Amino acid sequence: MTQIIERPPMHGDDAEEPYGPMLTTVPRAARPISVPTSPNLTMAQAINRALHDAMAADERVLVFGEDVAKLGGVFRVTEGLAETFGEQRCFDTPLAESGIVGIAIGLAIRGLVSVPEIQFDGFAAPAFDQMVSHLAKYRMRTRGDVDMPVTIRIPSFGGIGAVEHHSESTESYWLHTAGLKVVVPSTPSDAYWLLRQSIVSRDPVIYLEPKRRYWTREAVDTTAPALPIGRAAVRRIGADVTVVTYGSLVATALSAAELADQRGWSLEVIDLRSLNPLDFDTVADSVRKTGRAVVMHEGPRTLGFGAELAARVQEELFYDLEAPVLRATGFDTPYPPARLEKLWLPGPDRLLDCVERAMEQP
Amino acid sequence: MAEVSAGGVELAPVRLVDPDGSPTAEDRYSRDLPPETLSWLYEMMVVTRELDTEFINLQRQGELALFASCRGQEAAQIGATASLRKTDWLFPQYREIGAFLLRGITPAQMGAVWRGKWHGGLGFTEKCCAPISIQIGTHGLHAVGAAMAAQRLGEDSVTLAFLGDGATSEGDAHEALNFAAVFKAPCVFFVQNNQWAISTPVSYQMAAPSIAHRAIGYGMPGIRVDGNDVLACYAVTAEAAARARDGGGPTLIEAITYRMGPHTTSDDPTRYRSQGEVDHWSALDPIARYRNYLQAAGVWTERLEERVAAKSKRLRTELRESVVGADDFDVAEMFDTVYHDITPDLAHQREQLLAELAKECLGERSDRRAGV
Repeated sequence: MTQIIERPPMHGDDAEEPYGPMLTTVPRAARPISVPTSPNLTMAQAINRALHDAMAADERVLVFGEDVAKLGGVFRVTEGLAETFGEQRCFDTPLAESGIVGIAIGLAIRGLVSVPEIQFDGFAAPAFDQMVSHLAKYRMRTRGDVDMPVTIRIPSFGGIGAVEHHSESTESYWLHTAGLKVVVPSTPSDAYWLLRQSIVSRDPVIYLEPKRRYWTREAVDTTAPALPIGRAAVRRIGADVTVVTYGSLVATALSAAELADQRGWSLEVIDLRSLNPLDFDTVADSVRKTGRAVVMHEGPRTLGFGAELAARVQEELFYDLEAPVLRATGFDTPYPPARLEKLWLPGPDRLLDCVERAMEQP
Repeated sequence: MAEVSAGGVELAPVRLVDPDGSPTAEDRYSRDLPPETLSWLYEMMVVTRELDTEFINLQRQGELALFASCRGQEAAQIGATASLRKTDWLFPQYREIGAFLLRGITPAQMGAVWRGKWHGGLGFTEKCCAPISIQIGTHGLHAVGAAMAAQRLGEDSVTLAFLGDGATSEGDAHEALNFAAVFKAPCVFFVQNNQWAISTPVSYQMAAPSIAHRAIGYGMPGIRVDGNDVLACYAVTAEAAARARDGGGPTLIEAITYRMGPHTTSDDPTRYRSQGEVDHWSALDPIARYRNYLQAAGVWTERLEERVAAKSKRLRTELRESVVGADDFDVAEMFDTVYHDITPDLAHQREQLLAELAKECLGERSDRRAGV
């Protein structure tokens, strides 16, 4: 059998009886590699670059899923990986999402690092059991003995005119599950670095890609990490209302903030980046300043992340508030057909309606 | 023109020792193991049953919340596990007491599950054994993933997944078998067909001629074995493991056995199966059969029986003392083992619970604290 990965130290290597192949996973830091600043990468290209660099930095990193190798993924996000790293490290799987996540868990038990792709958000449902019952719980079930370095990439959210099951917001499921981390990039630079940081995490990370923003461009500095997982970014400084959002809707909130200026409302826009761990301190600092908060996300309102954030803000900042915490979200319906999605998705107007209500409180 | 083979599966199970203990005419597999191995298999089977009995006693005495007995399945578990190397990873369901014992997992480490102290058991992974899986059939995929890791690490290790007849109905069992076949993963699927999934008989799980026949559809060898014949289970698993080590891919083994006890201590099997059926299988008991075989072969001795009895007694005592006497874990571990580095929110919740426990209280917490 051809060995393609250097065998890391094994549990029991120095024991008399080689009980062996329990790898002690010691992820290397997401160190920058030689690629300098890349001008004008799309988010899709930035993710691709992150996968290339992660695989080059650590030979234990594997990429697999449906159509990721030969085709390079339906969005071409995994293009070139199989050619560069060989089909043992980037491979196509049978069409079975539970299987994809299930083998990632087995690979992790033996110390390998998986970056499986679930082709579309709606197709995470068949993998739910593996993600919730095993991936999330394996560390605790083994009393901390087993790392689960698995980053599940899921092209997510709506706004691209897709068919059913291709526009879902799944974050609430994962956020309700202890043991998973959840990150959502909104820019090419964050897409690059959040993915590099996810891949070196010793815990499983659900990495939700806002496919509506795949083609936004930005110069990406691959030599200097941006913020770590667990830190939010203030994307726009304002005085009157704090808008808390993530992923695709960061750009929506920023454009709404320009419109709000015309009405004399100054919006501060916080991009959470990492939903778990949550950087509530950055949210709190902003709300203490503005006294008003609106949470915005695509997914349905009931028990969406906005519900959690609104509860946290009122629990911890009740006496700093000038107005109720409001939510600009999708509706409690199934995601609608493409011709209706523009009406369904929260856009600048739904956000500004909330801002207006917050500003008009007595 | 290339010959297309459908990979036939024989309905008649491989059997090396008849229920009365005499060797069968089967000559494709060998019974010729060294005498110390033959004795060791006997010892492990008896000790497994004795420990199993002690687990049931402790549950009946209120010391354990629940227990899933493996009585009747000792030959299948011991035979399969004994044929592997200690570095071959096992992926158990939850009933594999024999496999755990054989790997050196202590009664206390197994008992942690049933005492309600820790999910999954303690220290299993140090013995190349995955924690127990209460979810049915999902761990087959973990076995395939671990086997694919072995391929990439250049090892000649194999993995073995213990599944049950009920588990083979789960979608994940299908995905595991299919992935293993597609990737030629060095993985052995050892299905203990104990006839019952709680109250549901095998005839409600499938319409196929046998579980092993499903292997044909996956493009892997399938084999039926008498699961109450330890030597047959040893031989067919050794064969499958050798093929997997050699790059020959996975095998689906169906071991035909019987769950002599209830599904768990919470179950009442008299509601769904007859005493006649239980009596039929009692006559096929794996331990009595193997002892008769060893006696005829001149391997069984009074000294062996004494040694086995002494070990059984020691392990029963060890279980009783370790389960009843042991301290519970620090409550902080409930939070500290969720992530490698605890998240800020979880750290706050850990502080909340510790503060609750430190606080004067009027309600149920005063009792609860006493138990911590």
